[in-house]
Amino acid sequence: MMKPGSEAELAETIAAMRGALRIVGGGTRGVGCDGEVLETSELRGVELYEPGALTVVAKAGTPLAEIESVLAAEGQRLPFEPADHRALLGTDGVPTIGGVVATNVSGPRRIQAGACRDSLIGVRFVDGSGTVIKNGGRVMKNVTGYDLVKLMCGSYGTLGVLSEVAFKVLPDVETVVCVLIEGLSDAAAVRALCLALASPFEVTGAAHTPSGIDGEPVTMIRVEGFEESVVYRAAQLQALLAEFGESSVETNPARVAGGWRWVRDVEAFAGCDGDVWRISVKPTDGPRVGAALEGARLLFDWGGGLVWAETAAGTDVRGKLTEISGHATLMRGDGFARFQPEEGPLAAISAGLRAQFDPRGILNAGVMG
Amino acid sequence: MEMPVPNAAVLSRKAEIVARLQTVLPQGAVIHQPRETHAYECDALTAYRCPPLAVVLPSSTEEVSAVLNICHDMGVPVVPRGSGTSLAGGALPTEDSVVLGVARLNDVLETDYDNRFIRVQSGRTNLSVSGAVEENAFFYAPDPSSQLACAIAGNIAMNSGGAHCLKYGVTTNNLLGVTLVLMDGTVIEIGGAHLDAGGLDLLGLICGSEGQLGVVTEATLRILHKPEGARPVLMGFDRNEVAGACVSDIIKAGVLPVAIEFMDRPCIRACEAHAGAGCPDCEALLIVEVEGSEAEIVHQLGLIMEIARNHNPVELRESKSEEESARIWLGRKAAFGAMGRINDYMCLDGVIPVSELAFVLRRIGEMSGEYGLDVANVFHAGDGNLHPLILFDANKPGDLETCEAFGADILKLCVEVGGCLTGEHGVGVEKRDLMLTQFSPADLEAQLRVKDVFDPDWLLNPAKVFPLRETATRRGEAA
Repeated sequence: MMKPGSEAELAETIAAMRGALRIVGGGTRGVGCDGEVLETSELRGVELYEPGALTVVAKAGTPLAEIESVLAAEGQRLPFEPADHRALLGTDGVPTIGGVVATNVSGPRRIQAGACRDSLIGVRFVDGSGTVIKNGGRVMKNVTGYDLVKLMCGSYGTLGVLSEVAFKVLPDVETVVCVLIEGLSDAAAVRALCLALASPFEVTGAAHTPSGIDGEPVTMIRVEGFEESVVYRAAQLQALLAEFGESSVETNPARVAGGWRWVRDVEAFAGCDGDVWRISVKPTDGPRVGAALEGARLLFDWGGGLVWAETAAGTDVRGKLTEISGHATLMRGDGFARFQPEEGPLAAISAGLRAQFDPRGILNAGVMG
Repeated sequence: MEMPVPNAAVLSRKAEIVARLQTVLPQGAVIHQPRETHAYECDALTAYRCPPLAVVLPSSTEEVSAVLNICHDMGVPVVPRGSGTSLAGGALPTEDSVVLGVARLNDVLETDYDNRFIRVQSGRTNLSVSGAVEENAFFYAPDPSSQLACAIAGNIAMNSGGAHCLKYGVTTNNLLGVTLVLMDGTVIEIGGAHLDAGGLDLLGLICGSEGQLGVVTEATLRILHKPEGARPVLMGFDRNEVAGACVSDIIKAGVLPVAIEFMDRPCIRACEAHAGAGCPDCEALLIVEVEGSEAEIVHQLGLIMEIARNHNPVELRESKSEEESARIWLGRKAAFGAMGRINDYMCLDGVIPVSELAFVLRRIGEMSGEYGLDVANVFHAGDGNLHPLILFDANKPGDLETCEAFGADILKLCVEVGGCLTGEHGVGVEKRDLMLTQFSPADLEAQLRVKDVFDPDWLLNPAKVFPLRETATRRGEAA
C-alpha cells in the first residue's frame, strides 16, 4: 500500500506507476477495483477556514469528522449532509472529505441546499499521468475557465486523485423539527412531499418509509431555522397537508436528528443480504419505481426523487425500470455494473474524458465504465 | 484585441456555405448581406466588433444540428449567441465564422409544479422563464442584471449569477438537464427532471463552458415557490473596512441574507444624481435583504440591525413598506445606468475573499490615481464578487487602452489575494489573455483537453476563453 505524505509525493507516485491503482480515502464507500492500493489518508488537515467568508479548504485525506467539528465550533456546517455508508456497506475505516467528493455523497438536505457538487468550489488533483492540476479556488463565485470542479466531483477517482478540496459552507441552524404523517401509501406520501416542497416553507428534508421503526409507513418533513420561524412553518405545513390526515410535529432534537440520520445513512438496509440500489428519478415517478420493483424494500428521500431499494440479490432493477427516465446505481451487490451504462455519443464523451485525464487507464479502472 | 487571422479558404467559399445553410433552414433564417449582419457584429462588449460571414437563426434542435453538421463538414467556425448581452465578448464573431443565434428557440416546452421544473428552449429570456411560472407564485432563481434581455442559452454558457445567488446559487446549481448539440451535429441529452444526472457530471462541465463544447437548445431548470416576503435594510458607513467587517459579522452570526450589495462613494453619488433614490452620502453603503415569513424577516432584520449598530453606521434604514423597499433597490439597480450617463465605462467582474475587501478597495483607489481614470465600485458583498466600473472616454485616443490596462491590474490583484478573474460574466475575449495569471500551463492544458473531446477540430467559439497562443496549434494556426 502507498500513502504519499504530500501532493508532490502523490504526483511522483502516480507518474512512476506502471500498473493499475485502486484509490482509497478511508475505504468506506465500497468502491472496488483491481490494483495496488493508493491511500490519501496522509494528506491531512484543514488548510484554511474563514467563517466570515463561509469557506473551508482541506487536504483530501482529512477525516470528514474533523472538518465537521471544525465547522461546528463556529456554528457552521457542510450544507449537503454527507452520509456515512459504513453500516450500509459493511465497511470500516474513517470517511475522508476526499472520498465524499469523489463519490458526490449528498444526504436529505440535497433537496434544498444542493449536492456535494453544489457546495464544492475548488479542487487540486493529480491526473493519471502524474500532473498536478487545480481548478476553481476558495471563492464561492467563479466562472474562470471550465468547471472541472464539478467534473471531478462524483468521478470516483477515475480522472485523478484529489489532493485538496474547498467548500462553501452554511450557518448551522438554531432549531430543527420534523412534521410526521403516519399510514400513507407511497403514492399519497409522495403527493404530500411534493406539496410541501412546492410551498414557500423551505423544507430541508422530505422522506417516506413504507415501513418505519414500528413497521408502519411514516412520512417525514424537516423544517430548520430560527425557532419562531420553524414553529410557524411547521404549523403552516400541517395545515397545508391536512387532507393527508392527522400529523404531528417531533421537536425533540435527539429524535429528530436520529430520524434523519436513519434516512441519510439508509440504516434500514444495514446488515441485510439483498442488493442495494440507489435510483434517481423525478419525484412523482418514485411510487412508479416502487411498483415496478414489487417485493423490494424501499426508502424514499428527496421528495420521492431518490429511491433506495433493497432487492433479492441478482434482481435486474434496471431491466424493470426501462419505462421510467432516470438512472440506477448499484450501491451494494456485484451482479451488475455499478453505474447505469451510458449510450452511444454520451458514452464516447465519458470515455474520451477518462482517456484525456488518465491516458494509461490506471486510475480506478473500470469503476465508471 | 488580437483575434485569429480569418481562414482564407472559408472566406472564399462564402457563397457555397450560405447556399448549403439555406437548404436546411427556412427562408429568412440565413442572414448574409453585410448590412443585415451588422446587428451581430458585437455583443455588450461594444468596444470590439467584427462582421461575421453569416448569421443563422434556427427554430429547432434539428435545424441547429443540421447547421452544425454543415459547418463541421466545411470547416467553418461557429459562434453561438444567446441575446448578445455578454460583457466579456463571448459572442464576438470572427470574419470567417457563422453566428448561430438561438433567439427563435423561445418556447416553454413543459411546466411541472409537482416536480418543480420548467423545460424551455434555450433562446427564452431569463425573466420570461420566471414570467411563465409567476401566476403560480413560482420563479427561476438566478437573476443576472440583464435578465430582461439575456437568454437561458447565454446564462448556461457563462454560468450566470445575480444578486440573489448567495442563497439560491448560480445557474449551475439550478440546471437539471440540457439538450446539447455537438459540433458535428450529434444531439445528446444530459440529465433531465431528476435531481442528479448519472455518470460523470457533464452537466456541470457544460455549464460555464462559454459555448465551446456544444450548443444548448433546450434546458430543464429548477423552479421554486416564491418566499412569503422579502425586505431590505440600507446601512451607510464612513469607512470601507467597517462595511466589510459588518458583512463578515452578519455571516458569522448565522444569518444568511438572500443578498448583500455594496456601493462605494463614487457609485453612491452617481446613482443619487441619476435616480435620486435618497441614498446617504457616505463612504460605503450596504443593502442587505432577507426573505421568508414575517416572523423570519423581523427576527433576521433584528439581528442584522443589531450587528450594524455595533459598527456605528452613519445611516441605518429598515424598509417599512413595499414602496420603501423599491426605493432602496432603485439606488442599487440604477448603478450601471448612472455610470453610463457620466461617461463610457468598463464593468469588471473579479472575485476576492471577503476578508480582503478593504485592502482591495484601497488598492483600487490608489491605482485609480496612478492611471488617472475614475472608478466606482458596486458589488455582491456576500460572495466577494466585485464589479468595479472604470470610467473612460471612448472618443479620446488611448483612453480605452489605459482603461483595459487598469482593469487587467485590478483583476490580477483579485487573483493575488486568493480570488479569481471572473465571478459571473465569463472570460470571453475580454479576460482571455489574463488566464495564465490564475492558472498554470498544466491547469489550462487540462481544460483544453476537455474541449478536444467535445470539439476535436476546435470550430466552436474557438478564439475565446484561452490565450490564443495556447490554442494556436489546435485551431490549425501556425504557433
